[in-house]
Amino acid sequence: MQFNDLPVTGPWGERHLLGLETLSRDQLTTILDLADYLREQTENGTRRLELLRGLVVANLFFENSTRTRTSFSLAARRLGADTVDFTASSSSLSKGETFIDTARTIEAMGVDMVICRHRTPGAPHLLAEHLTSCVLNAGDGTHEHPTQGLLDIFTIRRHLGRIEGLTVALVGDIRHSRVARSNIHGLLKLGARVIVCGPSTLIPANISRLGVEVAWDFDAILPEVDCVNLLRVQFERQRGAFFPSIAEYASLFGMNGKRIRRAKKDLLVLAPGPINRGVELTPEVADGPHSVILDQVTNGLLIRMACLSLLARERTATQAGIS
Amino acid sequence: MTDMWITGGRVIDPSVGLDAIADLQISDGKIAALHLHADSGSSQPVPAGVHIVEATGLIVSPGLIDLHVSLREPGFEEDEVTETGTAAALAGGFCTIAAQSDTSPVVDNRSAAEFIRLQADRAGNCRVHPLGAVTRQHEGAELAEIGQLVAGGAVAFSDAKNPISNSEVMRRALEYTRMFDRPILHFSMVPELMEGGVMHEGFEATRLGLRGIPAAAQDIMTGRDIALAELTEGRVHLMCVTTKGSVEQIRKARSRGIRVTADVTPHHLLLTDQVMSTFDTLCKCNPPFRTQDHIDALIEGLQDGTISAISSDHQPHAFEKKQVELDAAPFGICSLETALAVCIRALIEPGHLTWSQLLAALTSGPAEILGLPSGNLRPGSPADITIIDPGLEWTVDARAFQSRSRNTPFHRQQFRGRAVTTIVDGQIRWNLNQDSARG
Repeated sequence: MQFNDLPVTGPWGERHLLGLETLSRDQLTTILDLADYLREQTENGTRRLELLRGLVVANLFFENSTRTRTSFSLAARRLGADTVDFTASSSSLSKGETFIDTARTIEAMGVDMVICRHRTPGAPHLLAEHLTSCVLNAGDGTHEHPTQGLLDIFTIRRHLGRIEGLTVALVGDIRHSRVARSNIHGLLKLGARVIVCGPSTLIPANISRLGVEVAWDFDAILPEVDCVNLLRVQFERQRGAFFPSIAEYASLFGMNGKRIRRAKKDLLVLAPGPINRGVELTPEVADGPHSVILDQVTNGLLIRMACLSLLARERTATQAGIS
Repeated sequence: MTDMWITGGRVIDPSVGLDAIADLQISDGKIAALHLHADSGSSQPVPAGVHIVEATGLIVSPGLIDLHVSLREPGFEEDEVTETGTAAALAGGFCTIAAQSDTSPVVDNRSAAEFIRLQADRAGNCRVHPLGAVTRQHEGAELAEIGQLVAGGAVAFSDAKNPISNSEVMRRALEYTRMFDRPILHFSMVPELMEGGVMHEGFEATRLGLRGIPAAAQDIMTGRDIALAELTEGRVHLMCVTTKGSVEQIRKARSRGIRVTADVTPHHLLLTDQVMSTFDTLCKCNPPFRTQDHIDALIEGLQDGTISAISSDHQPHAFEKKQVELDAAPFGICSLETALAVCIRALIEPGHLTWSQLLAALTSGPAEILGLPSGNLRPGSPADITIIDPGLEWTVDARAFQSRSRNTPFHRQQFRGRAVTTIVDGQIRWNLNQDSARG
């Protein structure tokens, strides 16, 4: 299979994927449609294509992640690319080498695409400025996590057939969530109504300027929503006390059987994971009929394959144009 | 030494409200006389044999004075040394700077202050007055040897960017410095509200997922410092005011006779938090760039004299230190050589201040805070003079900085107006067209 065989009808034209804020509605749709196509072609991501043969994809993970890194690696290999993994547990500075020098060193090994996870917002943007490879943001601190946002949206679209007109609630730690920001940008552009809901300490006061509604009372909004996305309580990002106890959090914002019964019959429950059972949601919800948590994982693979293909296609086209 | 005559310039001396075409006569390193041109344009003939500096079309100002500049020597010579920092000062039009105490080791003892002066003498560029630390090691716990520091030449006291958060320590420091009639230059911020922040807390920070520093961090500490100044009758000077809440509190305090003064930086008058949207470490500053409503309040503060000084708050950082992730990058910009131009862009071009008002904040204002004899053009004062071409169009080229560092967000930007000649003690120490010509 060649790039020319891909049914890319919408616009793309991006060298990097740094966030959803800067993408248009049509560009988002291009990715989602391509993921749908790849789903059929690869039988849900299980069959291999040779689209990226000869390309080298580097995973540059400056922050711990097993799930996202594995998903990206698998997506790249399913497309026939070679992958290399680079993990650094701490900032490059502690080793005396700047972040940019580290990235340049990896790139000099002949890398075509860099997947970057970093605890600092803007780190992939810095790479995009200094590297010649494509940069894919796999989560930059509390800023964006575009492929997670896309896979959440893709999952909703697959189950409910559309995004336009839906009401989606993002519940939990909005302040520290890159998943929330990417979801907000993507969902709003595609015409959804977005409510952010969580403890008032974890929702920045001015977030409504992004175009979302703010709610502190989960039970009050529950009957109106088509989907809830239960963000993980990020203990590692919270300095100090944002809420008094886990128990209180679970009672105010946890998804449980009682809340499920108050919600719409076909409510969709998403969670980007890793989930804290008993905190964001009870086991009965996690394993129940409303939950699409495992679908999200499979869809993550497809979305990442779609993103890698689009960037590789653009890169190949640009290089052909130059030579 | 032959006399120097600076002829035909627009001489502005805010300390006496002078703004007129005149010739300035300099003898023995001092201002000797001012010869006003008649309304008809005629002027007193210039005597033969004097050194003439032609200044027609230019502004002749008292030498600019900067209240707090980080020279980085000793300890951080990769960022700046006294020689380069003072050369940058001259190129920016500054005849006098006060050197921050945030060196390594900290300037918290007499010999450290004397070293700053020694290096300045060796460089022979602009005047340098050391700032002494308020507390040992800037730890905010025990007072530094303030009396010894005064003996070593300290003109004022500051713990640089380290807020003195213990109110009891700050209170005793304000009481103790009263003996020497020296102000404390304080960085009024609540440390707990500043911790981990990289930009102004507001919508932009929310959008970018960056940890913010709320305006309240400064407002709260400003209020405390004013209360302590009132309690102790000491002199507190608030560095780098950036919030409307602080400006309002300072205005009210001053009207009640409390001895509080304040300064603002040029870049905080021009840039807002929107510059952070590219995650550019060169725009990472402490305090952070805020929003337009705060800038408007700062400008009002300058207009009514609530804020009586502008300081470049020069923070040079070696190139590689800013080539890192945003949270790992140090705060601050290398600003001596762009300060005047940024002031002109932010204050003169939109008509917010007259030239006389701007120059007051760069000369007589800071001179008064530090108790210096310069900052004016009165006969008998030291001949520290800055000649400014207000119409000169130029493009900032950080690679051509006199400073050892290049961390400026203004690289490649066009400005109008800059210092063309800087005179210290009656000697031309810097001339734009001849680089560093020495008179």
